[in-house]
Amino acid sequence: MSTSTHAAAEDIFASPGEERADRVYLAQGGDWSDIASEQAERGDETIVVNMGPQHPSTHGVLRLILEMDGETVTSIRPGIGFLHTGIEKNMEYRTWTQGVTFCTRMDYVAPLFNEAAYCLAVEKLLGITDDIPERASIIRVLVMELNRIASHLIAIGTGGMEIGALTVMTIGFREREMILDFLEGLTGLRMNHAFIRPGGVANDLPEGGLEHLRTVIDWLKKHLPEYAGFCDANPIFKGRLEGVARMDLTGCMMLGVTGPPLRATGFDWDLRKQQPYCGYETYDFKSITWDTNDAYGRFRIREDEMWESLKIVEQCLERLERTQGMPVMVADAKIAWPAQLSLGPDGQGNSNEHIKHIMGESMEALIHHFKIVTEGFKVPVGQVYQGIESPKGELGVHLVSDGGTRPYRAHFRDPGFNHLQAVPLMCEGGMMSDVVVAVASLDPVLGGVDR
Amino acid sequence: MTESNLPAEQPGHGESGIAPTSGFATRAGMWSAGSGDTSGYGGIRRTLEMPGQSEPPFGEPFDAIHSRAMEILPALQGTRVLFDRGELTIHVDRAELSAVVAKFRDDAYLRFEVCMSVSGVHYPQQTGAELHVVYDLLSFTHNRRVRLEVSCPESDPHVPSVVATYPMADWHEREVWDMFGVIFDGHPALTRILMPDDWVGHPQRKDYPLGGVDVEYKGAWVPAPDNRRTYS
Repeated sequence: MSTSTHAAAEDIFASPGEERADRVYLAQGGDWSDIASEQAERGDETIVVNMGPQHPSTHGVLRLILEMDGETVTSIRPGIGFLHTGIEKNMEYRTWTQGVTFCTRMDYVAPLFNEAAYCLAVEKLLGITDDIPERASIIRVLVMELNRIASHLIAIGTGGMEIGALTVMTIGFREREMILDFLEGLTGLRMNHAFIRPGGVANDLPEGGLEHLRTVIDWLKKHLPEYAGFCDANPIFKGRLEGVARMDLTGCMMLGVTGPPLRATGFDWDLRKQQPYCGYETYDFKSITWDTNDAYGRFRIREDEMWESLKIVEQCLERLERTQGMPVMVADAKIAWPAQLSLGPDGQGNSNEHIKHIMGESMEALIHHFKIVTEGFKVPVGQVYQGIESPKGELGVHLVSDGGTRPYRAHFRDPGFNHLQAVPLMCEGGMMSDVVVAVASLDPVLGGVDR
Repeated sequence: MTESNLPAEQPGHGESGIAPTSGFATRAGMWSAGSGDTSGYGGIRRTLEMPGQSEPPFGEPFDAIHSRAMEILPALQGTRVLFDRGELTIHVDRAELSAVVAKFRDDAYLRFEVCMSVSGVHYPQQTGAELHVVYDLLSFTHNRRVRLEVSCPESDPHVPSVVATYPMADWHEREVWDMFGVIFDGHPALTRILMPDDWVGHPQRKDYPLGGVDVEYKGAWVPAPDNRRTYS
């Protein structure tokens, strides 16, 4: 294949009518070595590489624009917005409960955290934070911690895949699938659950749910050590991660970085400990820190946090056994979604008892069901901010209510959105291959970044 | 910005039913708008407004934040302070914002190192202060949060940038510019961030329609979300 095929005849990045700025190389249908040699022949001093928006190691549709001198990155700028779906605007046109189904789709790797943050904020607006039943909070903590493990598995797995450690990815997805199986049994869906609702959770554990949970815990206990075995002391893995994408505490504070990258600087900041919610103060677990400031530290934190999450999951199991049969939705029927769901022959739906009650026994119950489902509940005027510790860092919700049945304004502070600002700080002056490691160590999910 | 927030030809959802007061709406009776009220309580009128001013004490640590802020920032004297649902909101005049955030970060008793979130809110009914920018600050040192709120009129949507004090607010301010059209003076590169560069209009303002089409289902038409009945 002739090398000339890599140079485009026109500057495809120029606007219509704009003059050709420089030579444009295309990566389609050729060999990287051909492109590199063609570029070397020309002797260009600086090349600008457009990485993404569709690139396997950008964790979604993230565009990175790199200015490079050889293989050294002299300047890098992330471009986002390719996955903007107007979730915040859409939520202004749905009821408070329907909002859950929208926000769960933001950070689709950790959907239950989106739901939890939003529901905690709605509950704060309603002033019912203390009325949430204990069992609902336990189930929330349970699904959040399982989801944290699943999210960290994605972070470790895809991060490993991007540096060539494919096995870490395949085993990561294997373990994650076990967790998703449990979540599917509980919520009906593998992802985008819309399970945590204002006032509690949609439904209680299914029959055999606790046994299923036990098998998941056993599975994870058996297989989580494999990650440490494969990676912790692996010379290639350490060579790619150690000392790479360094960001110290000053940098983290300057850029508002939270979560594993912040804790990798040795600073112990975990909102589950510092500003507990959902009763986290009653669980026994450690906040994991590392002191290397680098991608390896962030990896080790994620690894250790999975064990801490598993510890919390075990405590949840114990508490769920103790609280069997207790309510999972707030007692106030004016808020509680009438979701007495059960699995019928035609799939999940309202339970037969509930249908019998509203259709055959009580006109008032039918009216109530109809009104709360179509109209929703009103939330007193005001605004709140609720931050929770998502696997990536602080996930914040700013909610404004105008006293109506819909959010007046819902704003999500996704950790990934904030963290991507740190990419230039971590990558400039480094190698291009380290860009991939740096982005993976931040674990951004573009659904959450762009919302 | 004087031109309308496109596409403005279609009437937006936010225009309907909002009385031109500082509050959101006035409701009559016990039922939602549009339904026949047969309850006999039709005489009840309620005005929905954001909670107003509150006076200390708020309880710790909010009293400490409030009194320290008032002590070192004389410009905040007489400003609207609200303690609601366990959160402290301090309304700041936009001319004072740069000085206020610098003190909030640097003063050892306040020490709000991080601006966690910058969020725009559009209140079209608040004539002269339609656009609000809300800053949620976090102090790692003292483990506290506080909220600063700034407003500006739609006809002059300028707010000073806090990027000089809080570098992490860079993208957040770009988002507020993108979605609400607030111009942050002094921002290093205030460009659109989520919408395409050549987009016209600021989508999260209330006069900007959500869009969408009516959908037919078994002969009936389900209206687009912005045309559905509102119960607020």
